[in-house]
Amino acid sequence: MKRITWERVTAILLLSPSVLAIALFVYGFIAFTAYASLSNWNSLVPDFSWAGFSNYQKLFANQRFQIDLRNTVSFTILFLFACLVIGFFLAYLLDQHIKGEGFFRSIFLFPMAVSLIVTGVVWRWLLNPGSAEMGSTGINLLFDKLGLGFLKWGWFTDPVVWHIPPDSGVGQFLQQIGLGFLASPLVGISAGVVSLVLAATWQMSGYTMAMYLAGLRAIPNELREAARVDGASEWQILRLIILPLLRPITLSVIIILGHISLKIYDLVVSMTGPGIGFSTDVPAYYMWDTTFRGNHFARGSAIAIVLLLMVAVLIIPYLVWTNKTEAEL
Amino acid sequence: MTTNTSSRGGPVGVGRIKRLVLYAILIFMAGLYLIPIYLLIVTGLKSFTEVSQAQMWALPSGLHFESFTKAWYGSPAEGFRGLGSNFWNSIILVVPATILSAMLGSINGYILTKWRFKGDTLVFTLLLFGMFIPYQSILIPLVQVLSKIPWFGGTTLYGTLAGLIFVHVIYGLPITTLIFRNYYAAIPNELIEASRIDGATFFSIYRYILFPLSVPGFVVVMIWQFTSVWNDFLFAVTITGNPDTQPITVGLNNLAGSYIVEWNVQMAGSLLAALPTLLVYILLGRYFMRGLLAGSLKG
Repeated sequence: MKRITWERVTAILLLSPSVLAIALFVYGFIAFTAYASLSNWNSLVPDFSWAGFSNYQKLFANQRFQIDLRNTVSFTILFLFACLVIGFFLAYLLDQHIKGEGFFRSIFLFPMAVSLIVTGVVWRWLLNPGSAEMGSTGINLLFDKLGLGFLKWGWFTDPVVWHIPPDSGVGQFLQQIGLGFLASPLVGISAGVVSLVLAATWQMSGYTMAMYLAGLRAIPNELREAARVDGASEWQILRLIILPLLRPITLSVIIILGHISLKIYDLVVSMTGPGIGFSTDVPAYYMWDTTFRGNHFARGSAIAIVLLLMVAVLIIPYLVWTNKTEAEL
Repeated sequence: MTTNTSSRGGPVGVGRIKRLVLYAILIFMAGLYLIPIYLLIVTGLKSFTEVSQAQMWALPSGLHFESFTKAWYGSPAEGFRGLGSNFWNSIILVVPATILSAMLGSINGYILTKWRFKGDTLVFTLLLFGMFIPYQSILIPLVQVLSKIPWFGGTTLYGTLAGLIFVHVIYGLPITTLIFRNYYAAIPNELIEASRIDGATFFSIYRYILFPLSVPGFVVVMIWQFTSVWNDFLFAVTITGNPDTQPITVGLNNLAGSYIVEWNVQMAGSLLAALPTLLVYILLGRYFMRGLLAGSLKG
């Protein structure tokens, strides 16, 4: 049956342009970037002389990059947490035989269709705290109108970074056990990142909702009925039956949203820029900035490779896992 | 299936209150999600005299389209460009990129499911990885290569919409192939086998069996590509430096980054940039959702 026929040759020939394109434009280009990251090409003139890992060494010693890593990690954790919790909450509510379910679903999902640039522009105005002369604007103004003035704050214009103070009890304890670095501003959350998370969650939590809703619909009702007959409470059903069955979906969501949030760029550009003291800077932004504005191609390449490695750690096990489960089917 | 919460646990009165609370929470959440859109529409429709930060949340006095006109045509006197030309650039970009991506994805999906060969899953997985990479890791060589491919008018592909179309088609291959592969996997192989016995060839199987069944697949893929190409910023800002060729996301970012542009014009501009994808979403939401779910590998 697997004889070589003209048709099989045609099939391979038709597939090969795509395969070659990906081989060159993905794998070849990554190899080029990796090579450039080991070179001295830090001006407009390409210079591929060998620099070893010096670009990486300088990068990790560079305070801006350290702040960037902190921001990406804290952004990813907060964003994932918010999307998972809100997405599941909405899906669970919508799964209760709601009238107008489609209507609600559309409202929670529509931000996904909008460009992150649009999201950034709108949220920059929403979270613009206003000024002493002009008064409050945006959400702060809304808080004022609702009598919730105490909730007002500077959002992304506030340079604060929340972290464990080194001179606090916890900070001193961490120093004693040799984990003093945990009590520094480099392991913290900036106000700017929180603002970005708000906008990104508005945009993406609908996706989590859609995924969970699909998952909830796939759980046979008999399972819940049987548990109810056995006297399980709704809370027990949720905790012992529904949540464990949704675990594969949670994993998928973490991987999809996780890799998106590690790469986040558009939102930072349009909403905040790098921020005061790089409070909203991320590696993706730094990469573009240093490469295409500063002509530090080797440094830009090094940042890109670090980004790629972070994403690969998340994605490759997932691809292997999906492949395996598919082979089992 | 007919069970509803009011019939389970506790007396009917408690169930009814629970339902009320449920709807109240949902309506509240829906309100929260609509806040940014409310602000966009309300601000965009205000007249210039009405716009003030203190009245940000107030409704407009009527339907004023001045902000939209200004966002579209720009203001040479104040020195900023409108988004009109960017809007058309985006259209010129999105239409061919979407059609080409969908066609290639469909052929690839057909071959990977109905003409399987040794190592095809590995090829597919390697292809798929291209969908997840941070594009920063390919931008530098991409710019180098594009600026060496000659194009009409003595230019190179770098800086042109054609170059941007090319880039979107290539980096769209993984997702379009994935969606079509999942889609064609559901079409029984017996159908193909039977038609081969009847003498159907590689092309006639595609033309007369697969393609006619593919319409929903095409809709899903085209919506996906349309949305992601329209909304793309990273490739656009890297490849098109000249304002005459920039798509709308880049135009909007320039507009919003300029301090001379009033914020009602920025809001009107944002709405213009968001409108096409929002329309697609409103009209074809069902397929949009399918694309989203397919994007997470298992459709």
